[in-house]
Amino acid sequence: MELAVFVCAAAMVLVGAAGVITRSNPVHAALSLVLTLFGVAVMFVAQGAYFVAAVQVIVYAGAIVVLFLFVIMLLGVDRAEDVRTEPLTAQRPLALVVALGAAAVLVAAVVDGAAAVRDRAGSAPDAASGDADVVEIARSVFGDYVVAFEVTSILLVVAVVGTVLMTRRRLGTGAGR
Amino acid sequence: MPVFGVAVTASWYLVVAALLFGVGLFGVMVRRNPLVMLMCVELMLNAVNLTFITLASRLADVAGRTTVLFVMVVAAAEVTVGLAIVVAIMRQRSSVDADDLSALRG
Repeated sequence: MELAVFVCAAAMVLVGAAGVITRSNPVHAALSLVLTLFGVAVMFVAQGAYFVAAVQVIVYAGAIVVLFLFVIMLLGVDRAEDVRTEPLTAQRPLALVVALGAAAVLVAAVVDGAAAVRDRAGSAPDAASGDADVVEIARSVFGDYVVAFEVTSILLVVAVVGTVLMTRRRLGTGAGR
Repeated sequence: MPVFGVAVTASWYLVVAALLFGVGLFGVMVRRNPLVMLMCVELMLNAVNLTFITLASRLADVAGRTTVLFVMVVAAAEVTVGLAIVVAIMRQRSSVDADDLSALRG
């Protein structure tokens, strides 16, 4: 059962990711991104992180992808981008080398450190109930990391103000309000 | 609980996260539409989140899950500002193509 869930989720993640980088239409890329985000959420649930999985679905697959689709429709850029040709001839081979190299280094690090992870804890994740998961995260966020929590609220306010400043239309001739 | 004699260990999830990160990195370097480039950044952030959750579960440390929540907040702020920049650029020129954005002045 666990194996089947993992295989399905991994297929969702990787197929969705491949769709994001290969689909020429930005709308199709955004919908492929939803597939990947749901696959990641399934992996979160499979490892007992229920609350984070719910936040993943609501914030990522809900808010962020809707924001992407909204901007795509607003700008009217849902025409297909020409992905067949690449103006810079060396771009794709070099990008492929860099990306494969980065992935290979990460996989090598994982294989090398697998023993350490196995030694530190039991083989299976703790099968905590959903309530215990939420309680633990709440104690952590509002206890140990309360300063970081407050700083992220400042970050969000700054982001909202910056967005409004950047995208508002100038009213009249230089009527700076 | 291994069913077919195969247990899903942490390394499997970490390898998927590494592959997802590589795909996102490739997309950022290859795609020319800034919107799709931002989506690829989201792929890379999700790979990092998956790594955090996997290790937090295996090491029984809730700090990893807390960090993922903060990463999500920062990702939301990043997408908001990034899309605002794209909208502001689209106001001035008709095409959205990263190759055309070679001038620093507006």
